[in-house]
Amino acid sequence: MSRYEDLVRVAAEVARIPRGDDGAPVFHEPWEAQAFAMTLALHEQGLFTWTEWAAALAAAIKQAQASGDCDDGSTYYQHWLAAIEQLVRDKGIATEQALAERRGAWDRAAHATPHGQPILLENDPLR
Amino acid sequence: MGHDHHHDHDDHSHLSEIELRVRALESILVEKGYVDPAAIDALVETYEVKVGPRNGAKVVAKAWADPAYREWLRTDATAAIASLGFIGRQGEHMVAVENTPDEHNMVVCTLCSCYPWPVLGLPPAWYKSAPYRSRAVLDPRGVLAEFGVDLPETTRIRIWDSTAEVRYLVIPMRPEGTEGMSEEALAELVTRDSMIGTGLARQPEAVR
Repeated sequence: MSRYEDLVRVAAEVARIPRGDDGAPVFHEPWEAQAFAMTLALHEQGLFTWTEWAAALAAAIKQAQASGDCDDGSTYYQHWLAAIEQLVRDKGIATEQALAERRGAWDRAAHATPHGQPILLENDPLR
Repeated sequence: MGHDHHHDHDDHSHLSEIELRVRALESILVEKGYVDPAAIDALVETYEVKVGPRNGAKVVAKAWADPAYREWLRTDATAAIASLGFIGRQGEHMVAVENTPDEHNMVVCTLCSCYPWPVLGLPPAWYKSAPYRSRAVLDPRGVLAEFGVDLPETTRIRIWDSTAEVRYLVIPMRPEGTEGMSEEALAELVTRDSMIGTGLARQPEAVR
């Protein structure tokens, strides 16, 4: 996975990435790693430059602080996710409405899925 | 929606607000061809071992070394684990199940959300796979054999199905020949799989 190590190194130059004792990025929950991976994948697709990314992340953090974020590091990947969402909207890939509709679909799909089964978007009863 | 629903005792699934956002984003990006889901999975997997089970290994090593802690872990795992600073963000209830010569414990759940992240890090891909869960219940010895674990016929195998409310941590048996080892050295013997029940603790020779 050296391809990703290079990406992580470059990404780390523009935005802090929490790391463990061995230098590897640290995630507390799977969604954090997914958000992290999406950023690397989108950058690889050429969707944004690292400079754009740094600006989007900084803006997301600033906005969160303005609305009373605890700012102790535990919410870091929430800002990260907000930054991706903003870039996705800015680049015209998905509108806020499209994102909101899709969140609703996943929520309905989860509720329609018996515990222990994989949650699939097809399980949304309104789909 | 929100985080509060995990206290419900109904049997449907639930995604937190943040998981909904991540899934919404990822599914749209996949549909539009910006993201390859296999690449995301591969990237997440690279980190699962590193993020890993070190917290859980510390818990198990302490239980091996300290009988009072072990008793606390068996009776109130949530508090015993929290005392070491490993606290779940969603207030999951932890239960520790102890392996003995008579009984071997194995944990299953196909949902990645039903995994004790605070102690074990991210779940391995096989843990999330549907075949693992169904086969673990139907043929636990067959699954264990695939993991290279061969238990005596007299050892009973118990399967613990994780729920949104309860996460299980297996306390593997302490290997022979580890008397007098420090907690740090003992923790080196505790693998992720041994705390899921698909493996055994490593022998001390293996880490020297």
